[in-house]
Amino acid sequence: MYLILVGGGNVGLQLAKRLIAKDHEVLLLEKDSRQAGRLATMLGEESVFLGDGCEIRVQKEAGFGRADVVAAVTGEDEDNLVVCQMAKVMWNVDRVLARVNNPSHEELFRQIGIDDVVSATGIIFSLLDQQITMDEIIPVGALANGTFEIVEFVLSSRSPVMGKRVGSIDLPPHTHALWLLRGGMGYVVHDDLEFQQDDTLVAVVPRDQTSALRELMMPHRP
Amino acid sequence: MNVVVFGCGRTGASLALQLVSHGHQVTLIEQNPEALRRLGPRHGCQVVIGSGIDEDVLERAGIRNADAFFALTRGDNSNIMAAQLARLKYKVERVCLRVADPNRSEAYKNMGYFCINPSNLISGMMRDWFLGNAYESIDLYNFLPKEMEI
Repeated sequence: MYLILVGGGNVGLQLAKRLIAKDHEVLLLEKDSRQAGRLATMLGEESVFLGDGCEIRVQKEAGFGRADVVAAVTGEDEDNLVVCQMAKVMWNVDRVLARVNNPSHEELFRQIGIDDVVSATGIIFSLLDQQITMDEIIPVGALANGTFEIVEFVLSSRSPVMGKRVGSIDLPPHTHALWLLRGGMGYVVHDDLEFQQDDTLVAVVPRDQTSALRELMMPHRP
Repeated sequence: MNVVVFGCGRTGASLALQLVSHGHQVTLIEQNPEALRRLGPRHGCQVVIGSGIDEDVLERAGIRNADAFFALTRGDNSNIMAAQLARLKYKVERVCLRVADPNRSEAYKNMGYFCINPSNLISGMMRDWFLGNAYESIDLYNFLPKEMEI
């Protein structure tokens, strides 16, 4: 396999190291001569090529024509877009892969036929988003003129009640855990149930006790 | 017509002012507020500070109602990306971009974009001036001379 990486920053360097260790033929393109020199001492002269991967002359010399994979991993989306598009259109490279820094650019990359688009921001965002909604108590509705609330929340593995029996938990006053969703099935909550990861719980709680309920059921925030 | 111009360099500023005086609504997108001085005090353009490869900026510049989009920054790749956003995402009917690298310009011309390459235009016109030839239409200058092919 002949793999060309464009962009000799941290991402490019770490990828090149791992691919070389797997005995692939790897060429890392870097346009800054000083950075290219540094990369050559770390990866070996034969694995680094000084030049702008957006230029056709450089693409020709680097051997885009026989590359199995071209991956554009610079920090600039516009550069990654042009490298990948030219690899596909001018050199018929089988697989092209782009690092995308602004997740809203993913759509355009796919639209112009770039097979694989990787957005670190997008991945981190979805993990964070999941974590945030994991640890929130979501109000579903109000009862008795808003003095009580029906709430829903998901138990993460870090919840203090994880693995405990329902009957062993002292809920806040006038608070009732009612119903639980587990693996697509609904259960009426009773004392002998044990809380498990990813359980979705529905409870009725006096409005002024919601923060006490959060304290009890949710992991403590740093 | 509604026109969006990305890049307020010498070319972008001049184009914007000319189109305004022809009665068009022009919005300029420019990253560097200093560059707007090129427009002079009473220019009649709308201005949005930001990058034309950022969808939020394009939308603030009214790209959804634009009849034409010009990409005229110093960065070839920014121009190429902005032009493709304008055409593919926002369905702007007329899209024109400057690409300074003659080979890259040729590549995107072949993909159906109206790319203008200043080096090809200038070198061709100077050649004809020197050889005493009559000037030709733009198409006969705006392509990669065979002497430059890789």
